[in-house]
Amino acid sequence: MSLLAFFEWLQYSPLLVAMRSSPWLFPMIASAHLLGLAMLGGAVLVVDLRLLGFGLTRRPVAEIGREAEPWLLASLLIMLPTGLLLFMCFATKYYYLTTFWVKVAVALLALTFTFSVRRRVIMEDEGNTNALSRKLVASVSLSLWATVALAGRLIGFP
Amino acid sequence: MSIVTFLEWLAATPGSVALHESRYVFLSVLTVHVMTLCVFAGMAVIIDLRLLGLTMLRVPASELVSRLVPWALAGLLVMVVSGLLLFYAAPLERYGNLFFRAKMVLLILAGSNVWVFHKTVYRRVAEWELDRVPPRGARVAGGLGLTLWAGIIVAGRMIPYQQYWF
Repeated sequence: MSLLAFFEWLQYSPLLVAMRSSPWLFPMIASAHLLGLAMLGGAVLVVDLRLLGFGLTRRPVAEIGREAEPWLLASLLIMLPTGLLLFMCFATKYYYLTTFWVKVAVALLALTFTFSVRRRVIMEDEGNTNALSRKLVASVSLSLWATVALAGRLIGFP
Repeated sequence: MSIVTFLEWLAATPGSVALHESRYVFLSVLTVHVMTLCVFAGMAVIIDLRLLGLTMLRVPASELVSRLVPWALAGLLVMVVSGLLLFYAAPLERYGNLFFRAKMVLLILAGSNVWVFHKTVYRRVAEWELDRVPPRGARVAGGLGLTLWAGIIVAGRMIPYQQYWF
């Protein structure tokens, strides 16, 4: 089965047909997706700002990182399922949208970076990392997530 | 002059017409509005969770608030300016939109919640800022804050969907 055929099958599966028949379901799921975005924004920003030398600078990076991580996971737990449902609503339309594929690719990159390099730098004792590498990690993280959010917004544009 | 007369005049100003008819400026302003949500609402979420006693308990509440509020305010400023422009692009449509009205009411409530918190519980922050469980007043403010900001985001997202609902 080709990818497009798979997307077609998703979009016209009984569940999704039922979902699309109510006009308020798509905006409701989109709203939940936005609520997840707000939480993701907080959980990512509070740590990245700290890495850049702003915000909660009087605390160790690792403490802020440890405290923020459950909320980052919680936000992903909201964003991923709602994002998947939003995608399934109009899968065949998104198949042709560059912004959609950019979003998927950069989101995977952002997730990988967050739970590998960024996590290691955050949890490491500050004496073992230098300020420049911490700032670099924060800049990469912010750029990746901003690209995901921007591409996500562009998907919905005419 | 009634509100509607004023909004009719506002909608006829060249700026409003240009914004309304532009293809990219309006969408850019909308994008800025949504992207800044991560900054403003993100900081609000962290502060409210701290007031609920759910995160960063080792950071004194006053330290967390004073270090994060400037970022929240910067985000808020961008959201208000971009939001006003979005309103200016279609004043009569926004005014007549139920979700828009709900959003404005919720905004007033959210603002009042912050104001009351700062005038009451936060005055005595030094007494409780390291407590394992923040006082009831702080938890109520945090819980109300989270609920109201969530309501504002949902109402805002629903604004373009009124035509399908009613």
